[in-house]
Amino acid sequence: MNKEFKRIDGRKLDEIREIKAKVGVIPNADGSAMFQTGKTIAIAAVYGPKKMHPQHSQDPAKATLRCNYNMISFSVKDRIRPGPSRRSTEISKITEWALEPVLILDDFPNMVIDVHINILQADAGTRCAGINAASLALAQAGIPMKKLISSISIGKLDKTLVVDLNKAEEDFEEGEGPTDIPISMTEDGKITHIQLDGKITKEELKKAVEMARKACKKIYEVQKKALKEATK
Amino acid sequence: MTEKMTSPKIVGERIKEYLKEGKRFDGRKPEEFREIKIETGVSQNAEGSARVKVGKTEILVGIKMNVGEPYPDSPESGNIIVTAELLPLSSPRYEPGPPKFPAIELGRVLDRAIRESKFIDLKKLCIKKGEKVWTIFIDVYSINDDGNLLDAANIGIVAALKTARIPKYDEKEDKVLFGELTNKKIPLSKEIPLSITAHKIGDNFIIDPTKEEEDLSETRITVGSTGEHICSLQKGEIAPIEIKELYEVLDLVEKTYKNIFKKIEKFLK
Repeated sequence: MNKEFKRIDGRKLDEIREIKAKVGVIPNADGSAMFQTGKTIAIAAVYGPKKMHPQHSQDPAKATLRCNYNMISFSVKDRIRPGPSRRSTEISKITEWALEPVLILDDFPNMVIDVHINILQADAGTRCAGINAASLALAQAGIPMKKLISSISIGKLDKTLVVDLNKAEEDFEEGEGPTDIPISMTEDGKITHIQLDGKITKEELKKAVEMARKACKKIYEVQKKALKEATK
Repeated sequence: MTEKMTSPKIVGERIKEYLKEGKRFDGRKPEEFREIKIETGVSQNAEGSARVKVGKTEILVGIKMNVGEPYPDSPESGNIIVTAELLPLSSPRYEPGPPKFPAIELGRVLDRAIRESKFIDLKKLCIKKGEKVWTIFIDVYSINDDGNLLDAANIGIVAALKTARIPKYDEKEDKVLFGELTNKKIPLSKEIPLSITAHKIGDNFIIDPTKEEEDLSETRITVGSTGEHICSLQKGEIAPIEIKELYEVLDLVEKTYKNIFKKIEKFLK
């Protein structure tokens, strides 16, 4: 790895931005959490399991997990038009896929579990922050879970791999430019979500996955601590 | 989850049994692609177009161009917009109406495969910095869905872009003269971006599934690459994968890229 590479905010290559996690931030919800890395802030609320309407959408075998990712209009510098977009529709589904493998849904046939994720402030890595918050909110809601999910974005700036890109790094233009690889996994290293945009070789990608593994362990510890604090 | 039509369960069980011995219904090996047929110039009114058949799967790609304003954050770059529609005529599973998630994902993953590979040189599509640039609309339609629409569509996009001609543009009148094509081609790089999707069924990974096989897919990984570099990747569906399985997929994709490239090379000249 390139030791001389200087990150814009002075972080070490494998350094995650400062993380804050808090469980139980929305009293109305059955479970809720805030997850922040650096300036990126996500909140998630879980409502359910509750009866699925309309009836024809019910799955008699298990509960349905329904995630909804949304950026609030002033979460970024150029105002976003409120309402769903192609991007938010995709991230909502990606979030469902990331979380569903750890949930035990067969206990609640015909029900639905709604997970609402809102990005209050965006400085890159919003889908990962959203998944981290949602994982905590599901745990607090008491949905039976086999594991927690931790999520991190690994970036490649020109030829250097770094952990947890911020927006300024995402806009990096030199050399091979930026590559963004959001990854979500369980603490025992099962990948439930991976995406990639950019330009990377197979060997570099393997290294990135290893870095994600380590970073996710750190995030897992923060998540665990936040859950313990909530039950005090 | 929305209810989806699937193949009969008994068919699925038989497919899985076969796969355990490395066999598939149509006699292919797990990593073998179906026959690929490419036709270009299939639309009179499009700037570029292609019809791609992969086995019984068929897609249509059209390229249209227009002049518009660049995005404020890239004043010197043209734009690409990739849209996919799953036509109700292509499968009993699709219904008319606003695009649902599968169509949205298809468009977005294809967009990334093309955009991130830098296949189109967007800088060369600038007419006047900050004011006028070309926008390339890449529209994908399913004609018959027998699985693996995405990989087929990616091939179609490459073929359509390769054969497209830029229309005449009257700068004084600020008008694109549609139907009057110049001899100018869209500026493309030499490295061809291809998407290859690996599906996990039981303990096996297969590529280029038929619809029956696709219904059994526990998870899929789409890798967009130029042979040398990986430029986009998306894991879809629920089953988690081990890190070493991801590495297996990367090897499989590398091999498959070479195979497909050999098959389609002659169409792309």
